[in-house]
Amino acid sequence: MSQSITSQRHSLAYRSRLLQPEAERHADTHPLTWRLRDDGEVVWLEEYLRKDGYQSVRNALKKGDPQAIIASMKEANVRGRGGAGFSAGLKWSLTLQGGDMPRGYMICNADEMEPGTFKDRLLMEQQPHLLIEGMILGAYANNSRYGYIFLRGEYVESARVLNKAIEEARQAGWLGGDIDGSGFDFDIAVHTGAGRYICGEETALINSLEGKRANPRAKPPFPGQSGAWGKPSVVNNVETLCNVPAVILKGSDWYQSLSGDRTDDGGSKLYGVSGPVEKPGLWELPMGTSGREIMDRAGGMRDGRKLKAWLPGGASTGFLLPEHLDLPLDFDTVGKEGSRLGTGLLTVVPEDRSMVAVMRNLEEFFARESCGWCTPCRDGLPWTVKLLWALEQGQGETGDIELLDKLAADCGPGLTFCAHAPGAAMPLQTALKHFRHEFEQGVSKPRGKAHPDPIPVGEV
Amino acid sequence: MMATTAETTGIIGTDGFELHPEDEAAMLEEAHHYEQPQAASIEALKIVQRRHGWVPDGAIAAIARVLGIGPGEVEGVATFYSLIFRQPVGRHVVLVCDRSACFLTGFDELKQALVKQLGVDYGQTTEDGRFTLLPVCCLGACDGAPALMIDDDTYGPVSPDDLPGLLEGYP
Repeated sequence: MSQSITSQRHSLAYRSRLLQPEAERHADTHPLTWRLRDDGEVVWLEEYLRKDGYQSVRNALKKGDPQAIIASMKEANVRGRGGAGFSAGLKWSLTLQGGDMPRGYMICNADEMEPGTFKDRLLMEQQPHLLIEGMILGAYANNSRYGYIFLRGEYVESARVLNKAIEEARQAGWLGGDIDGSGFDFDIAVHTGAGRYICGEETALINSLEGKRANPRAKPPFPGQSGAWGKPSVVNNVETLCNVPAVILKGSDWYQSLSGDRTDDGGSKLYGVSGPVEKPGLWELPMGTSGREIMDRAGGMRDGRKLKAWLPGGASTGFLLPEHLDLPLDFDTVGKEGSRLGTGLLTVVPEDRSMVAVMRNLEEFFARESCGWCTPCRDGLPWTVKLLWALEQGQGETGDIELLDKLAADCGPGLTFCAHAPGAAMPLQTALKHFRHEFEQGVSKPRGKAHPDPIPVGEV
Repeated sequence: MMATTAETTGIIGTDGFELHPEDEAAMLEEAHHYEQPQAASIEALKIVQRRHGWVPDGAIAAIARVLGIGPGEVEGVATFYSLIFRQPVGRHVVLVCDRSACFLTGFDELKQALVKQLGVDYGQTTEDGRFTLLPVCCLGACDGAPALMIDDDTYGPVSPDDLPGLLEGYP
């Protein structure tokens, strides 16, 4: 895309922001964001060092025990903040290393392309050195020789900030050869993508990193055994990696204590809200904070509208109802309600919006972004969109809703190559469960000769 | 990392496409970040696109030669990724986010206003060659919804009334 110079200062220019002032954020309670500035400017190296930056790397490299890092991560039970919630320490303990094993790769998943998800951008664009520090610790623990930040192509500002920060770190000896005199060497490159949500799936990401079409790979082997170019590779989300420095510096007990008695999941979390609320935005709060508290911080629904339903963490999570607002938002509790915590960024649907239309919008996304690798996803999702379009127009046929049920079931876990189609099925299944009457209102015609063409009309 | 020894030689692709020596050098430099040069293929396509606005057919063979891989592999990548344009686009590309948060906060009105003002729909370029309108799947600016991106700049929240002033900055 061509460069534009004039518009950078336009009053509508978007900048991500944390809606908690510095005075409310402390090193002991806000490990992800305490260093951020109220003015939203980047925390560059000098300021980062002044605020205890790279202390964790210094201590860990001096101690010289990579396995201790993995042990701390396991004890702290840092769960993956990209949405899956898998234990980061466990993932690290499964990386092949030692003996004749070649040194592998530390990969940061900064694709962040799921609708409703906008947290990693804040960390990268305002506090890049925290991510770099987390990656160095991850690389040391996993015996990685090189790191890649796989960044979506649309995050132009993130790329600019990260590249400058990497250069700063390199100049100061925190990246490159013999880091801080420890004999450990590690460097990072920013790899920018060119669109396609599937790049956020860790094996598809590795294919894309290698310069191929981003189709997922079969697992096993898992990336920890055979990842980029066949070498042991670890893929972690931005927010996950940003948790590492504080865990290593302050210990797993402290990390566990951050969430108090709200939940068994330790730590804090970048929670947020988007949609028609008074103050959409981001906050760092204890893990297990309730949806109601997050909604209160967002000032409630805009213009006094009523809340009808909400997604707890991106387009691939199931719909929850207003009655679920008091649940602690952690991985297990949300899972028990038939949804997923996902990225912990709420998307709210007001009462005056049709669930059929919202669902059509969500499924268009999944249909458009299917990589086409396996049939249920490639053919099933466009078919879903076609049915939803018809129901939205009041042109649905008898049996369409049962067909939607079946299509969602056919896209469920275990029936497709990766989690893309199951991610599309979950909001649909929960919308059909909670709001079936809205879908039924769209049925006006008897069943015709069957749907002759599974290819959708509309905007897919 | 991987060692590429080739010097820039003024590579010519099909259809008479001539790769700019600076672009060839940039691709070779990029390839150094990876164990295998193929990994630079997406960036190589973006390098061509930065100069030409899009990726002409003739560039595929040129990139393949620089990276030492088959043209089919480059073409497969070029057609997979949505931000690689395989047809000419206008001087400026408007990516309008049409996903959940934007959809719930006024995307429909914004899209209608864009279509009316530009006189084109998704995938089309204005007659004067100034703008191409494309959808994008979530810009990660959900707290600034509805959002759109013009070239490298992200804006939000954008209302229909904001459009004339915003587009003015892109002559």
